[in-house]
Amino acid sequence: MYNLKRQLLAGPYLLWMAGFILLPVIMILYYAFTTTSGHFTLLNISSIFASIHLKSLFLSLKLALICTGVCLLLSYPLAMILNKMKEKSQGFIVFIFILPMWMNFMLRILAWKLLLSNNGVINTLLEALGLPALDILNTPSAVVFCMVYDFLPFMILPIYNAMARIEDDILEAASDLGAGAVTVFFKIIVPLTMPGVISGITMVFVPALTSFAISDLLGGGKVLLIGNVIEQAFMQEYNWNLGSGLSLVLMIFVIASMALMSAKGEEGGAGVW
Amino acid sequence: MKLKKAILCLLAGLALSGVFTGCGSKDSENTLTVLNYGKYLDPEAIEMFEEETGIKIDYEEYVTPENMYTKYRAGAIDYDLICTSDYMIEKLIQEGEVLELNYKNIPLSENIDPAHFAFSQSFDPDNKYTLPYFFGTVGILYNKDMVDESKVNSWNILWDKEYSGQIIMADSVRDSFMVALKILGYSLNTTDEAKLKEAQDLLLKQKPLVYSYLVDEAQDEMISDNAAMAVVYSGEAGYALEFNDKLAFSVPEEGSNMWIDSWFIPKSAKHKENAEKFLDFLCREDISMMNFDYVYYATPNVKTKAALDLELQENTTIFPPAEILNNCEVLKPLDDEVTMKINLLWKEVKAAD
Repeated sequence: MYNLKRQLLAGPYLLWMAGFILLPVIMILYYAFTTTSGHFTLLNISSIFASIHLKSLFLSLKLALICTGVCLLLSYPLAMILNKMKEKSQGFIVFIFILPMWMNFMLRILAWKLLLSNNGVINTLLEALGLPALDILNTPSAVVFCMVYDFLPFMILPIYNAMARIEDDILEAASDLGAGAVTVFFKIIVPLTMPGVISGITMVFVPALTSFAISDLLGGGKVLLIGNVIEQAFMQEYNWNLGSGLSLVLMIFVIASMALMSAKGEEGGAGVW
Repeated sequence: MKLKKAILCLLAGLALSGVFTGCGSKDSENTLTVLNYGKYLDPEAIEMFEEETGIKIDYEEYVTPENMYTKYRAGAIDYDLICTSDYMIEKLIQEGEVLELNYKNIPLSENIDPAHFAFSQSFDPDNKYTLPYFFGTVGILYNKDMVDESKVNSWNILWDKEYSGQIIMADSVRDSFMVALKILGYSLNTTDEAKLKEAQDLLLKQKPLVYSYLVDEAQDEMISDNAAMAVVYSGEAGYALEFNDKLAFSVPEEGSNMWIDSWFIPKSAKHKENAEKFLDFLCREDISMMNFDYVYYATPNVKTKAALDLELQENTTIFPPAEILNNCEVLKPLDDEVTMKINLLWKEVKAAD
């Protein structure tokens, strides 16, 4: 009886999953494997091998990898510094990191577009200081920059959480037994924060790989990621079949990267998510 | 195909009906669902219409004609009235998706210049289906301080290395290919693969010089001096000139595209009479004037034009003179095969380094 009640509580969520996750996936599958006239085809899937689509996919992978790498390099030291601070200031700094998320991310990208534009605030400032202008708007650099800006909290928070969970006793014990700072870092801190790192990587890499809004706004229509190709197929070309086929391929990449990460996560201890 | 889509939608509807109710439109209600370009109708006019008639308007916007087609074809919403451009209307007429207008219900359509009904015949041969709304051309909006004005009479300036990183190109297949095809001396409606390929080569050559590919935001970038020139619609140029004295507009001598945006009632319409009432309302002098002030594109409404300041009437950026219009072509719809080809060519341009 108790069990049944609990299952009923999950009902709304299951309904939500069925309506907004399962059903759309089924529809994408249907479109992906049919032609516009409804016949079975594999062409939509295999069209990923068209040079133009491959190029976009590789560009997406490249930018997502760079973005994840930069986020990791920025976040890890930051999480360590944060962890060493007084408890009160820790809360405040974490709050500052979360603060931008109170605002819609599209608005923040648009703000960056204004800041980075030829006559934007940043270039006016640089000019006043006698420095050369920053010419990154409408290039892949601007796209990566904004991805990092957007996704950084998703890397910092899990790493910081994992780090905060390490008991001081363990570190002290290691020192007592004669481990130097470097050994403590590599033998204790890194392995124990691995679940946080893994979950951070997943939470940054996946949205970065599938993003299209950032490249649309900050790439000036010159940076064509696989997400943009799919968006164009749906919105401009009225070719839902192609769009679905490419989405499916992208989904495979997403699932593969998540599977890889969760396999790694199990090696390093319990996963965070 | 349609049936299968309907079944899928039905499935989706069934699955969701437990979660949401009342998302479908109710036919009995006195409403009107309008689909229009962005920033293309004074919101105050909608309020006035609702107050005067008691008809509630559901208003929705889109960016490019291709977006509109996707939204309409998706079939999720039964639109009663749509405004879009010439070639897309022709495509929809060919597909049998457009209902005939009953001009008896739109008496004020007599305010529309007969010359414009004549222009419209290029896509609506008997003037049965469409009511002209705004028209204009495509040209170069440029900054007089940054650009050598003796060169703006040719599209070639958009390929001038001197302006590298300061050129804004249109982020729309047909408009970008129009520019390239006109330089090559071809019709903008050409379907010849070799000619389209030639145009693509030209666009590929241009890409390293381009600051960005934009549609609606081009005017904002020009107003804030972020670029030296942009390919824009004449009305946008007229609007931008109001905000920045350094800007000017030119329609190059190689010729350009004349576009006519018109209203039509699609087959999905559930409130045809309300739609016609709204069309009549739009032709009314005061409303047409409000919309002109808001949109700032050339209006085919003679009464409105006559009521404008003489200076504005003679503004050639907003109201293209006859000799420019005669040098322009109206876009024609391309068949599916050519559309696919040109889309691919365009995608290759967008993806190029």
